[in-house]
Amino acid sequence: MTKATDTEAQQDLHILAVLVENRFGVLARIAGLFSRRGFNIFSLAVAPTDDATLSRIIIVVDVHNTDVAQITKQLDKLVNVLEITELQPATSIERELMLARVIGADPEAVEQLLTQYGGSIVDSNDKEIIVSLHAHPDQLDLCESALHKFGILELQRTGRIALGRLGD
Amino acid sequence: MELTGAQALIKSLEMCDVEVMFGLPGGAILPVYDPILDSKIRHVLVRHEQGAGHMAQGYANVTGKPGVAIVTSGPAATNIVTPLCDAYMDSVPMVAITGQVALGSIGSDAFQECDTTGITMAVTKHNYLITDPSDIPRIVKEAFHIATTGRPGPVLIDVPKDVSNEMMEWYWPDEVDLPGYAPSTEVDPQKISEAIELICASERPVIYAGGGLLKARASDALKRFVEATGIHVVTTLMARGVFPDSDPLCLGMPGMHGNYTSVMAFQRSDLLINLGARFDDRVTGNAEFFAPDAKIIHVDIDPAEHGKVRRPDVAIQGDAKRALEALIVEFQTSAGSTPDRSAWKSTISGWQEQHPLTYEQADGGFPLKPQFVLEQLRDNTPDDTIVVAGVGQHQMWASQYWKFDYPYTWVNSGGLGTMGFAVPAAIGAKAGQPDRTVWAIDGDGCFQMTAQELITAAAEKIPVKIAILNNAYLGMVRQWQELFYEERYSEVYLSPDHPDYVGWAEAMGCAGIRVESAEEVVSAIEKANSINDRPVVIDFRVDAFEKVYPMVPAGGSNDDIILGPEGDADAKAKGTAPS
Repeated sequence: MTKATDTEAQQDLHILAVLVENRFGVLARIAGLFSRRGFNIFSLAVAPTDDATLSRIIIVVDVHNTDVAQITKQLDKLVNVLEITELQPATSIERELMLARVIGADPEAVEQLLTQYGGSIVDSNDKEIIVSLHAHPDQLDLCESALHKFGILELQRTGRIALGRLGD
Repeated sequence: MELTGAQALIKSLEMCDVEVMFGLPGGAILPVYDPILDSKIRHVLVRHEQGAGHMAQGYANVTGKPGVAIVTSGPAATNIVTPLCDAYMDSVPMVAITGQVALGSIGSDAFQECDTTGITMAVTKHNYLITDPSDIPRIVKEAFHIATTGRPGPVLIDVPKDVSNEMMEWYWPDEVDLPGYAPSTEVDPQKISEAIELICASERPVIYAGGGLLKARASDALKRFVEATGIHVVTTLMARGVFPDSDPLCLGMPGMHGNYTSVMAFQRSDLLINLGARFDDRVTGNAEFFAPDAKIIHVDIDPAEHGKVRRPDVAIQGDAKRALEALIVEFQTSAGSTPDRSAWKSTISGWQEQHPLTYEQADGGFPLKPQFVLEQLRDNTPDDTIVVAGVGQHQMWASQYWKFDYPYTWVNSGGLGTMGFAVPAAIGAKAGQPDRTVWAIDGDGCFQMTAQELITAAAEKIPVKIAILNNAYLGMVRQWQELFYEERYSEVYLSPDHPDYVGWAEAMGCAGIRVESAEEVVSAIEKANSINDRPVVIDFRVDAFEKVYPMVPAGGSNDDIILGPEGDADAKAKGTAPS
């Protein structure tokens, strides 16, 4: 087996939606499990659900070197984990938010780029612009690459959240 | 009824039928120690908190009930991390209670504060930090439920001092409500019939019996399954005793120091029936070359074990006893003819004849061989003696040379490999089974790690017996340095005389006996057996150069098994990357 490049590894991402009891230490239990079992977290988004006693954690895992079933079975052993759903990208709605501070030498070109991706300028002065985009993570990747030509000073992404698509 | 949190905690332990707990008090747990004076629960005062944990494990192993350890915060909590990890690796049901600084002080680096739940998260099945005394009965009930159901394991409850002192209204919950914890014990009948199909098609089947069978109290079910099917049984280190060594179908221990027949039966098998074992690296050697022709039936209550190391052809999730009972019924009702297995049986008996375990006790009785000591101990103690081992050469020889005919007669540290396990675990075992003879087989290196618990045993009148196989070395490390590090012996020599084990034993309130030659062995054992008012320590001065065979060099294939010293050159050549 040849050594995987980063690009290949990134193509092996799976999305796990993990419903947990909203108690202190639960995130540490999950992070600790991933760390000690050698599982890789690509991104993580955590917030309470509509029921404040529960939180949903969306974990994007890199399963290049691990069987995803092994990850879900180990997660399922945590007492505070209530439900694990693996979301397939093809049948899921995925969203992520990005904020970026870029050099403001050419505000029109930045605005034009953002219009193309459905993002917006949320703050600016005569030197810098802060842009915001929420969209599919792939769109964020493309927009992020395009922003490089203006000069990115700071960039933050939230990690993706996802829900399964509605059936017919 | 109003109780303090501390009173509620002890009352909750009584409600969970705790008979004995092992512990040592200190600042943060002081409130909880006060109601112990009024409780019917026996408290065994240890000399080091690690001892409390291993005693709880020993107790749990021989009684099937959860062991309980109770210690204070900070260093006491960190001292019990090793037993928790040991219990986690070997799936031992155990509840540890730790004191904690007051809630308002948590996070302030207070005296004897440590993040106990944070530190033990990775080595417990679950843990709790209690923040409200009203939660105590619920949490204690949940902790015992989690520790003893599904795949058993250790659970820790951290109790801040102010929570122990506050008042609560007593109640006892009828049920546990754990929406995220529902271990399934039922087995899927479809998988049972698939397993029977594989069994009926197999020409060279072997049962790979693991410690999970003991946890499931499945020894009798296993015997009935073997009676029905006539399949040979290999018993892992964790499963010694689950099937009688005296049964002709029992092959004994597999793995790195397993006997030739067990190792080769796996390697040449076409079907492994894994019952509650986890394809541990000490059994498989290099997993890529393990049992290459075998299909796998894997029964485990923990679904995460299915496919963790080896992908099963039939995965049966559930309780091993229920699985075996379902397999017996399915075999008896639906099995057709099985292939002729006479060739396989004669292959196995051929291996057994050609490659038995061997050693030579020199004429004149000197040097004394450790295997000889074990054979004499085995033959001069009751058949249901409980044997407890530490970790190293003595542990492997004990597993190899003892004849285990009853379940729950063998206690050892398998997964974690904790040196110093034997003395405290033996004390816990004897506390749980006071009418049985308990012998710890220990190494001199192991003994020096936890021997002070013999003071506990003497003070508490728990008369365990300890056989030190004293070879003056960290023997297993020495063996590896001899074979894989060009005989460069780095920091393994311990001296046979320092400490003076007999003098040390006597100073701790035990009887001490020294044995230097084979002639003295039996009389020393008989003398030890006759002393029942205090613990006994026998210092067996054994041959420092004896090595454990057979041996599969670490990381190697089980096909490269070395049978004895004549294979050392091969071992040296193949074992270049031990781990």
